[in-house]
Amino acid sequence: MSNEAVFDFQGVSFAYDGKVKALEDASLCVEAGERVAILGSNGSGKSTLLKLMDGLYFPNAGTACAFGAALTEQAFQDDAFNFSFRQRVGLVFQDSEVQLFSPSVWDEVAFAPLQLGLRREDVVKRVDDALVSLRIEKLRDRAPHRLSGGEKKRVALASVLSFNPEVWLMDEPTAGLDPRSQSWLVDFLIEQGRAGKTVVTATHDLNIVDSIADRVYVINEDHHIVAQGTPGEVLSNHELLIACNLMHEHLHRHDDRSEEHSHPHIHLPSHEHLTA
Amino acid sequence: MSATSETKPVKKRQGVIEHTLSDISHTLEQSIFAEDIARQRGLLQSIDPRVKVLSMVALLIAVGLSRSLAVIIGLYLLTLVLARVSAVPMSFFIKRVWLFMPFFTGIIALPALFITPGPTLVQLPLGLMITRTGAMTALFLLLRVSTSVSLAILLVLTTPWNSVLKALGVLHVPDVFVLILGMTYRYIYLLLHTVNDMFLSRKSRVMGRLSGAEERRLIAASAGTLLGKSLHLSGEVYLAMQSRGFRGYPRTMDTFKMRALDWACLIGMLLVTGIAIWLGSQGTQ
Repeated sequence: MSNEAVFDFQGVSFAYDGKVKALEDASLCVEAGERVAILGSNGSGKSTLLKLMDGLYFPNAGTACAFGAALTEQAFQDDAFNFSFRQRVGLVFQDSEVQLFSPSVWDEVAFAPLQLGLRREDVVKRVDDALVSLRIEKLRDRAPHRLSGGEKKRVALASVLSFNPEVWLMDEPTAGLDPRSQSWLVDFLIEQGRAGKTVVTATHDLNIVDSIADRVYVINEDHHIVAQGTPGEVLSNHELLIACNLMHEHLHRHDDRSEEHSHPHIHLPSHEHLTA
Repeated sequence: MSATSETKPVKKRQGVIEHTLSDISHTLEQSIFAEDIARQRGLLQSIDPRVKVLSMVALLIAVGLSRSLAVIIGLYLLTLVLARVSAVPMSFFIKRVWLFMPFFTGIIALPALFITPGPTLVQLPLGLMITRTGAMTALFLLLRVSTSVSLAILLVLTTPWNSVLKALGVLHVPDVFVLILGMTYRYIYLLLHTVNDMFLSRKSRVMGRLSGAEERRLIAASAGTLLGKSLHLSGEVYLAMQSRGFRGYPRTMDTFKMRALDWACLIGMLLVTGIAIWLGSQGTQ
């Protein structure tokens, strides 16, 4: 793992329309080749943070840098900077409907290579490789809206894989997927990490954190980054997870413990909940 | 909801708006999004979409310019033959054109029967009469429209919509226009389903009959909500495009390849068009 800072955010705040706070005084650093999870409950500001990292939003306060350069609106006016940054960073949106805007799967996967000005032959090769890699060759002529949730997610990943970014930003990648698609997606993220890619995943699914991250940042419901550490350190801090609405406590049974009891927990198959 | 409306007995019924939206959704899905026929094996399905678009435009011009009924009828028969060899169900194809013809073109053509000056063809009571010239004018209009609609339907039925859009490039339609059309097509589907879900969700929570004013208020609120959702969606989609390198001027690419059959078809169709235009110019209305 290299020590080059891919993202360096210092005291970043962002509010929608300058009024609705989404992120407050956030500081974080992501190094090249790192796998980082951003944990937070719904509405905590995870998606906003990823959009700031992808240069889609710009901070109201603080500084956001990527690859040593400030992410500002002015910087993205420069075609060379925009081209270089977009080629290096890929964002997979939480809602695949947003990401899949083209009328066919082939067009969707070809969109980025085309916008980045690749030659026709290279575009065709990259699209074919991405489709094969994600095992969706048969979907190439299908309309994205006709696909299942798992297939849509694969196409969304292929649409980013086709320009082979150094950095993957994943927004709630397992949300709404069936168990098989979820485990496939976790494997995909592990593969990207092994291939030396930087992977930043925003999630509130604590079950996958240990597999997809080496380091974790936690955002609370007041939109502040309140902790960072290894997955083991963060997941064992129940007080923090309860305070950030990532873990809850109610009556349940275990497979190996039949009497009702209560303690903070996340949802695993071995828990039988007794109250909603 | 008022107290009285809550206690009224509920009759099993579907509101006019729900019914209409459901029908629109179903019809659009069937007519635009269902590509069953386009996936069949047939002559037109095997032709390059650009050839089909060019041929259709050429034939539309021939239909529009023709002053001969026989030529227009001939071109209409050609569409039937093409439909037949392209696995398009004949009754479906004919009905699709002629069922709507009286409602749209018929209404426009009807007055021409009576108001166009000329020799009397049929004398009607109350001093009304259908003139020969009026009948010919109405017939020309009906046949021109039905043949043109048949050509367009044939293209859409035998070509995936995505390919139709890409093939528009051959007519030098700007890329940005093609991109917007493609996105419109893609998101109409999503928004139609959102509308359906919104009405079903409302239906599941309404426990009585609503007054007209309440219905109107709910519909206005739903329309507002849908507008808000579509605005949010468009903003997010734009971000997703930016994220993948979009800079306001889209680059698109087609993967069409012209083969011998495509060239033969193109030459054949242009010949037919040329002959139709020449023969059509000989006739008189």
